[in-house]
Amino acid sequence: MIAVKNLSRRIWDLYYEGFRNMTVGKTLWVIILVKVFIFFVVMKLLFFPNLLKRDFSTDEERADHVRNELINR
Amino acid sequence: MDDLMTVVEWSRWQFALTAIYHWLFVPLTLGLSLIVAVMESIYVKTKSEKWLATTKFWMTLFGINFAIGIATGIILEFEFGTNWSNYSWFVGDIFGAPLAIEGLVAFFIEATFVAVMFFGWGKVSERFHLVSTWMTWFGASVSALWILVANAWMQYPVGMEFDPGQMRNVMNNFWELFSGIAVNKYLHTLFSGWALAGVFVIGVSAWFMYKKRNISFAERSIKAGGWIGLIGLLLTMWTGDGSAVEVTKHQPMKLAAMEGLYHGHESAGLVAAGIVNPNKTWNNAEDEYLFDITVPYGLSILAKHDLHAYVPGIADIIQGYTLDENGDTVNTVSYAERIRQGKLAHEALRAYDIARANKDEAGMMAAEQDLRQYYPYFGYGYFDTVEEAIPPVGLTFTSFRIMVFLGTYFLLYYVVALFCVYSHKDWLQNKKWLQWIAMISMPFMWVCSEAGWAVAEVGRQPWTVQDLLPTKAAISEIQSGSVILTFWLFALIFTVLLVAEISIMIKQIQKRSLTDLEIDYAH
Repeated sequence: MIAVKNLSRRIWDLYYEGFRNMTVGKTLWVIILVKVFIFFVVMKLLFFPNLLKRDFSTDEERADHVRNELINR
Repeated sequence: MDDLMTVVEWSRWQFALTAIYHWLFVPLTLGLSLIVAVMESIYVKTKSEKWLATTKFWMTLFGINFAIGIATGIILEFEFGTNWSNYSWFVGDIFGAPLAIEGLVAFFIEATFVAVMFFGWGKVSERFHLVSTWMTWFGASVSALWILVANAWMQYPVGMEFDPGQMRNVMNNFWELFSGIAVNKYLHTLFSGWALAGVFVIGVSAWFMYKKRNISFAERSIKAGGWIGLIGLLLTMWTGDGSAVEVTKHQPMKLAAMEGLYHGHESAGLVAAGIVNPNKTWNNAEDEYLFDITVPYGLSILAKHDLHAYVPGIADIIQGYTLDENGDTVNTVSYAERIRQGKLAHEALRAYDIARANKDEAGMMAAEQDLRQYYPYFGYGYFDTVEEAIPPVGLTFTSFRIMVFLGTYFLLYYVVALFCVYSHKDWLQNKKWLQWIAMISMPFMWVCSEAGWAVAEVGRQPWTVQDLLPTKAAISEIQSGSVILTFWLFALIFTVLLVAEISIMIKQIQKRSLTDLEIDYAH
């Protein structure tokens, strides 16, 4: 148990001190966070819904829709 | 119909844009992670502070590229769900399974070990740190494996069976996904990343030479980057040869487009340089090229490793051809016949749909049997004319030549760089024109890499899944306006990211060219 605690503590310290001591990394993290926000919140939610998941509730309905699209297009 | 084609065109442009930008970051990650791992291995073996500083510097540039590039590929998956929903459903778990494995395993490896790689100096043992660096390289390489296996399946769909009830392809043999196309594509892509990163390392090192700062660091870097890059480039050429053989077997139309070859023949020559005639069609009498310089027998060797092999042209493939007993191919199916069979496959699917609605089991079985017979040409049923099944010849032809020309140039680049760093160090240190060539050449390595992708992806048009699903059937029923808007949004976002990456990298490089790296990066 103590060994597990020590290991957890060491992993925590690795990340904590690593983030604290970053220089160029801080700018990169800002870019990553802004990018992830734009991709997942703005683009995904507003512009890129998964159409088949959004418009149909079962796989059978999705299959019917795609069959209709591929037969009648 | 007009709006449908506009949606198809803009969605294709959007996918191309996002894939091109994504591919600016990925090959550098694949190659630079290896170069850094090798540098750190030398440090651990020699305990040399010089190699420690060298490792840490390139690791910083790797980190910048990794951070900016991460998650840019997710956009492609967004586009599958919105723009290409028919495709997403149709490919089923064939495409989903490799990508899911990639997400779970490879990303986990990368995310865990990248943290140790950057934060672990002095916190974990040298050996564990080295293992983490190698695992970062391994994780990046494995990520690429799954994505490229999925891509290869689109070029050569195997290991699956179409289920009309689920309306999707169901995997029935996972191992068949690792086809010759997939193996060659993966290795070709991976090794090209090594080649690209080597050019990057040499180019940046040339800047240090130019500034006359950290000269011994620059020389060490050129040695490490040069050897890994050269080996990567030679292996890229070897696997490229393997890819050409696979393309000849499974995508002969792509090979014909790469060569601008309309009428096939034995002992076919390879066009080393040329311009395709834009007025040439598969059934007119115009010349194939406005001018060309041809290497005798080159295409026969490239395609089949045989001086006298027959290589079919676009017109032959469209009309169907038969080879004599000495040839490999007998009785190919003409495109007119493929279109007929494709339409029969669609009829069978309609019959299946009606029988299913009427709960007519016997009717469903009969329709399914017909569908299986004609399914290999299912996608041709969407075409009214054979011309619709011809890829853009000019773009494929030109991209192929750009890739080969630049690949050959970079072979020379590596030979000169290694020759100089071992035998004429003074040239590297004093000849400004040589330093400028090394630096200016860097972006052309990306052009070479992107041109390779253009050959692979433009050359397989009009298919999203070879022979089974053309782009115009794969597209969702969406408005063109939203696709155009998001195209420009992505163009803006990715350009900002690219500018940010280049600016941060230049800042780092400039900063380090003003100081002593070994003091900067000392323990």
